[in-house]
Amino acid sequence: MSDDYKGYRDPALGVLKDYSVKVWSDVEMDTSRGGFKGIILPRSETADARHIVLKLRNGYNVGIAVDTIAGIKETGRREAHYKIPEKEFPYDPQKPNVRLLGTGGTIASRLDYRTGAVIPAFSPGELYGSVPELADICNLTTKKLYGVFSENMGPEQWICTAEEIGREIEKGTDGIVIGHGTDTMHHTSAILSFMIQNSPVPIVMVGSQRSSDRPSSDAALNLIHAVKTAAESDIAEVMVCMFGPTSDQYALLHRGTRVRKMHSSYRSTFRTIGDIPLAMVDRDSIKPLRQDYKKRRNDKDFTIDTRFEEKVSIVYYYPNMRPDIIESLIDNGYRGIVIAGTGLGHVNKPLYPVLDKCRQNNIAVYMTVQTLWGYVQMYVYETGREIMGLGVIPAYNMLPEVAYVKLGWALGKTDDLEEVKKIMLNPINGEITEREPYNGYLIYQGGVPEVETFLRTIKR
Amino acid sequence: MNPEFKSFKDMTDADYADIGLRSGLEIHQQVLTEKKLFCRCPAGCYSEVYDAEILRHMRPTLSELGEYDGTALMEFKTRKDIIYRINHETVCTYEMDDTPPFEINQKALDIALEIAMLLNYKLVSEIHVARKQYLDGSIPTGFQRTTIVGIDGWIPYRDRRIGLIQLGLEEDACREISDIGHTRIYRTDRLGMPLIETVTEPEMRTPQEVADVAEILRRLVRSTGKVRTGIGAARQDVNVSIKGGTRVEIKGVSRIPLIPLLIYNEAKRQHSLLRIRDELKRRKITKETLETKDADVTGILTQTAWEPLRQALSRGERIRCVNLKGFAGILRHPLQTGKVFSKEISDRVRVIACITRLPNILTSEGTEETIDSFIWQKIRKTVSAGDLDAQILVWGEERDVQTAVREIIIRAGEAADGIPNETRQALEDGTNGFERILPGPDRMYPDTDLPPLEIPVSRIEELQKNIPAPVWERVPRYRGMGIPEHLLVPLASSLQAALFEELSEIEGLSPVRIAVFLLEKRKAWSRLHLNINRLDPEAWRIFFKSAAKQPALLEKGDDLFKTWLDESGLELADELKKYIPPALDMEAVEDRIGGLLKSEEGMFPDLQVKHRYLMGKLMPGCRGHVPAEEIGQLLRRRLEEKDISHE
Repeated sequence: MSDDYKGYRDPALGVLKDYSVKVWSDVEMDTSRGGFKGIILPRSETADARHIVLKLRNGYNVGIAVDTIAGIKETGRREAHYKIPEKEFPYDPQKPNVRLLGTGGTIASRLDYRTGAVIPAFSPGELYGSVPELADICNLTTKKLYGVFSENMGPEQWICTAEEIGREIEKGTDGIVIGHGTDTMHHTSAILSFMIQNSPVPIVMVGSQRSSDRPSSDAALNLIHAVKTAAESDIAEVMVCMFGPTSDQYALLHRGTRVRKMHSSYRSTFRTIGDIPLAMVDRDSIKPLRQDYKKRRNDKDFTIDTRFEEKVSIVYYYPNMRPDIIESLIDNGYRGIVIAGTGLGHVNKPLYPVLDKCRQNNIAVYMTVQTLWGYVQMYVYETGREIMGLGVIPAYNMLPEVAYVKLGWALGKTDDLEEVKKIMLNPINGEITEREPYNGYLIYQGGVPEVETFLRTIKR
Repeated sequence: MNPEFKSFKDMTDADYADIGLRSGLEIHQQVLTEKKLFCRCPAGCYSEVYDAEILRHMRPTLSELGEYDGTALMEFKTRKDIIYRINHETVCTYEMDDTPPFEINQKALDIALEIAMLLNYKLVSEIHVARKQYLDGSIPTGFQRTTIVGIDGWIPYRDRRIGLIQLGLEEDACREISDIGHTRIYRTDRLGMPLIETVTEPEMRTPQEVADVAEILRRLVRSTGKVRTGIGAARQDVNVSIKGGTRVEIKGVSRIPLIPLLIYNEAKRQHSLLRIRDELKRRKITKETLETKDADVTGILTQTAWEPLRQALSRGERIRCVNLKGFAGILRHPLQTGKVFSKEISDRVRVIACITRLPNILTSEGTEETIDSFIWQKIRKTVSAGDLDAQILVWGEERDVQTAVREIIIRAGEAADGIPNETRQALEDGTNGFERILPGPDRMYPDTDLPPLEIPVSRIEELQKNIPAPVWERVPRYRGMGIPEHLLVPLASSLQAALFEELSEIEGLSPVRIAVFLLEKRKAWSRLHLNINRLDPEAWRIFFKSAAKQPALLEKGDDLFKTWLDESGLELADELKKYIPPALDMEAVEDRIGGLLKSEEGMFPDLQVKHRYLMGKLMPGCRGHVPAEEIGQLLRRRLEEKDISHE
């Protein structure tokens, strides 16, 4: 559709044409509810077709029902061409060089206030214009790889991102930041942990839970924390850097294979599961919380292995699950299945025959737990032992999403399921841990007096 | 000093016309709903107890033209830590900006639409929620969700109409607890409550007119019975400009009677600022040519005895001096009652540089005993000051002092332009102080979290049924019914108006008596802390229907209600029985007639007159028991019998 009538469908479209007005026309409208003056704005494609959106002089938008319109007169045109101001990002030879790779998401975007469309702000100049603090930390260069919402990230994007990171490390970049939508950030952080091994520099994934067009956004501070980590930290791993508390205080650096988005909207949505985070970072310092991380090095002894088998699935078990679900995976040629089982790693008896069929079809089946915290332990109950007898392999405390990407990666390398098993159960970077510390599982229960006392004394 | 600006009480309408005063109102009125506007937290649950604190910073976002909004930039300069105190009964993750908004509260929207119709607004067919940016932290998101339901309304005032620009429905903000240094603390219980914003055209020409219009609008919205009342439930902002001046917004006027003095003082302030501008123009000083020099003068002042500086030094603070070339005499130019120009500068330093401990500046033009003149000499030398210059000292932490110096220079430069675009704060003494730079139109963004919402005709027609008749229609009608002038508007705008109209249909009752009960007596009982909640429409109906038959009840009504409202567990109908004399039957009436005929043997010209006279004696005791007609017939028969027996 022509931009002249952006988003409008009949009958509204017909009314605009009848009165020879378009989007961005400055108009006076005569309606059965009175006269309205303003600029005709584009309409959201998902909204109904019976209203015309008008931006009034006071800045408010309103919708006018087309069946009330008796006349429209164009008095002028005021098209908006939105542009983010750019200021050249300063270069300081004393400062580390950080490369920001963009895949999409709200970390680096702002809203076109007239249309409501999100415009990416991404070039170093644009970022310097809106987050000037970055220049105090490093020399920043950027490259936009994709502009996709995080649900649209997949193997193709993972592979390309990993390869791009490899080229950057080769070039001698001191740290890499990846802007990413938050929904699947933990899938990407996990696969990058496998595809890029032994990175000599920090690889920091960052996003925002509140878009950068709002004053309370966490985007700028997240970006500052991530860039600081990439530039200055000695943690050479794939990490997720996002708010620790909801307050504007510090970020947590989570190991890429143990992190998960745990709240649909909170700023502090990312948590390390079954362990503690790597470090805390604020504007002034990076404070490690543990010492067993991979250190920054000067060599370029890293490997990139991006082979990936896409015919892998996660099956989230539920009571009364029927075998046809798994049958269909077999029928469709799937080569690997990760089950998120109940409790210690269980499914019901009716699935046994189809699990056996998986084994006969050379399909790798791994068991994880939908409790997220804790290990698969299939010896405790008879059910578990029976399921193992059908060839299902317990994946210890690997998170289901991590097991999913790792299985795809392992099957990308080999058809030999014994070889796959070795890869799967041999931790590359903390996706399986030997022990779970007592403070690796903390979900405080609100309302408990001791917890309330604690909440009163800290900023959340 | 300011000879031609008269005192508040001497100002006439003509004087205000001379200076070209124009003023408009923005009235914020909370509407009465159970829950908040965009989440399901309870509305109107206020509590000072808090369970947790959240820390946030506000960051300016760029405007369409790539400029920072003036307010935004200022707020960013201030570098405030904003602390929200939250109570989990009154606040959820929505208000703390950790959850997207829920669907708009439909009840609140209905109320806004009703009030818009009452105020003659043109309704929009589809509402779009916008984000109005506020960077002071008063809303944790950094913006207020707001939507317009109507434009171009009006109300009648005297012989003209006052135009109403728009009616918005929006969420209420936090309440500030304190703002000291770089920390501002907010309470969040009020946050997110629905309120309507009524904006008038700047069509009021005197301070009194503004107060009048505010009062009319207040009464009108209250007449719906769907708005909150009590402290803080309604707040007024006024905007003021004079000829040659700039529109200045004054926020947070809590009581309407304070409005006139406030407007007078602002008019006077603007008038004086324009004179300062003219004087600077005469001295050939413009914003661009203003010459300043500043220097650290901490070393010169180490021995000072002046307490504020002595304390500053003991805290390890720095002192800087700014020289404003050619500014001699300007800093002490009077503005509002009791305030001089340097107060404007002190305000800016307080708000923008966060130097909140007062005094925060010292000028070379003060009249009080502060620092020795030889020290001033040294300071002047340091900043190369001449005799026609003025100096300002400012002290605090190094970074804040730097900000303060920049701000002092900015404000001094603005003096050459006249009146800065500002949002100011109403103070209790009728003056006002700087709050922030007036935000530009660029601070409105569409809210991408919520879809547009259609307001179908059927919904409007349904709501139309609830709308009370406007006050201006009721008043002349009530006047015709004989209601005294002082009760006209209060009655017409009261929640009792519809009930009053219903009750005044009852035969045999005087509307004035009804009005007195509904308004004055009710108010008096309320003052006695009686439980006036028992006075529902049904109670009034029972009372007045009985009183129509038993006029004596009207006399006894005050005692009756006081007893009933105070402690009586009785139903009103039973309470009434206590005040109605025991029932008379026909036989008892006959006895009374007998007694009366014996005692009233007076001379009457004829039977007709005698009948009338005796009826007058009989009826007060019998009314409501036996129909007057029957009593009349019985009496006539007895009189005639008596007449015959005489013959």
